[in-house]
Amino acid sequence: MLCQECQQNPATVHITKIVNGKKTEMHLCETCARKKEELDFSFEPQFALQNLFGSLLHDGLPKAGEKISLSRIQCPNCGLTFAQFRQIGRLGCSECFSAFGDRLPLLLRRIHGSSSHVGKIPGRTGSEVKFKRELAGLKEQLKIEVERENFEEAARLRDQIKAMEGQLEGGGQVG
Amino acid sequence: MAKKGELLHGYWIEGTGPEEEVVVSVRVRIARNLVKLPFPYLATDEQTTKIQNIIAGAAAKQGSAFKDFSFMPMEGLDGVQKQILVEKHMVSPYLARNSHNGALFLRNDGAVSIMINEEDHLRIQSILPGLQLEEAWQEANRYDDLLEGKIDFAFDERFGYLTACPTNVGTGLRASVMLHLPALILTKQISRLLTALSQVGLAVRGLYGEGTEVIGNLVQISNQVTLGQPESEILRNLEGITRQVISQEQSARQTLLNGSREKLADRAGRAYGLLNHARVMSSHEAMQLLSDFRLGYDLGLIKGYDRRLLNELLVLIRPACLQFLAGRELSPEERDRERPAQIKKRFDEYRQSAEKENK
Repeated sequence: MLCQECQQNPATVHITKIVNGKKTEMHLCETCARKKEELDFSFEPQFALQNLFGSLLHDGLPKAGEKISLSRIQCPNCGLTFAQFRQIGRLGCSECFSAFGDRLPLLLRRIHGSSSHVGKIPGRTGSEVKFKRELAGLKEQLKIEVERENFEEAARLRDQIKAMEGQLEGGGQVG
Repeated sequence: MAKKGELLHGYWIEGTGPEEEVVVSVRVRIARNLVKLPFPYLATDEQTTKIQNIIAGAAAKQGSAFKDFSFMPMEGLDGVQKQILVEKHMVSPYLARNSHNGALFLRNDGAVSIMINEEDHLRIQSILPGLQLEEAWQEANRYDDLLEGKIDFAFDERFGYLTACPTNVGTGLRASVMLHLPALILTKQISRLLTALSQVGLAVRGLYGEGTEVIGNLVQISNQVTLGQPESEILRNLEGITRQVISQEQSARQTLLNGSREKLADRAGRAYGLLNHARVMSSHEAMQLLSDFRLGYDLGLIKGYDRRLLNELLVLIRPACLQFLAGRELSPEERDRERPAQIKKRFDEYRQSAEKENK
């Protein structure tokens, strides 16, 4: 089989692409394939992601002036703007997460179906988070005990919660 | 790496694990980043150097925990060496090709890779043979804990571990299973299965990850969601679904065996014949033949070989491994000639050592 680009060299590179269930095949010689850069598969997900984030971040019709405001939202640490993030689909640094604020939870919910982490917490630096998570769990438990009219247990929980909240506000060592 | 004997070294290649008739290997990777430093794609040369130093420094401070590791800056490896690591699934294609100041800590058994300056500052990966998701997680998690003991990782109370790509935020955990599914493909049940898998939130890919097609009847399934589920649940879900796929594949194999035992034996025997005697072979053809041979082996239709040989051949036929064995760069046409020669050589070596053992 000859290369379908140059029609001169034998085709040694065979590329099958399946995009949205549509299959396309290409038969190229190595030189033409290099030129096409189709060999570098790392381009593929990037390309798909751009489209993905573009549509995930579009909330209906673009509003007037939206374009300008998006490039004004900028991470003070790395300088990435929200408009750039939308284009490349990658955040710039850990601080982008707070800089882009309210817009991220929506995106994360669309990707993951959730916007809050319930998994592992770093052992050394995460003690405060662990403490807060424990506190939130106790508050949930308190609600349940009150509903069950289990007032003795509820009172015990309330005192425990109060003590823990005091610890948090005091800025003392937690965990 | 420099010695030929070590080319096919790797824990998933040599070792054994549960459900290995269907599950070739499992892989778990966790993504971590340092606080405030730009993610590698955005970082300056100075910053990526700093990132590398911080992580290498943290490993050094943990002393004996990392004594079984080799540290390899990507710059110190040539193209073939890097590509061999990719072909053995010990380094991601991204780290090998795209990274600036990328580096690798590779555990000497090949089961754990710690990649620096990949898409994230840090990717901790464990790859094991057979269905050992929990074990692979424990391995990766252990090194996460060790490094976290010395480095502040970017972590947010609400979002969890922060990553360059929003699809990894939360646990940063991607777990995947490499499955050999010849019977489901032969009986044309695969497309229904793949649709079902994507409906339960799993991604399905070919041998070398995103964007690659299914060759040699090898299918990779992995979790997509990293946020809103604890690690244990992500792993349990993937394992549960994998077990269902395994049982479907096994029952399809049984059906094939009952209905067309002779045909299958013929197919495996022909594969063996071609693998040992062909002179020109594309990697696509080799993958298909190795799949036929593997199926024959797993069904007891072919005897006298072992799984390690099957796994070695899977790696051996890849372009960089062939070039390494040939000791020079090969054009695609030359590779197609080198491939069957190297396969035959490996079979011969295997038979010779088996004979020695029998004596």
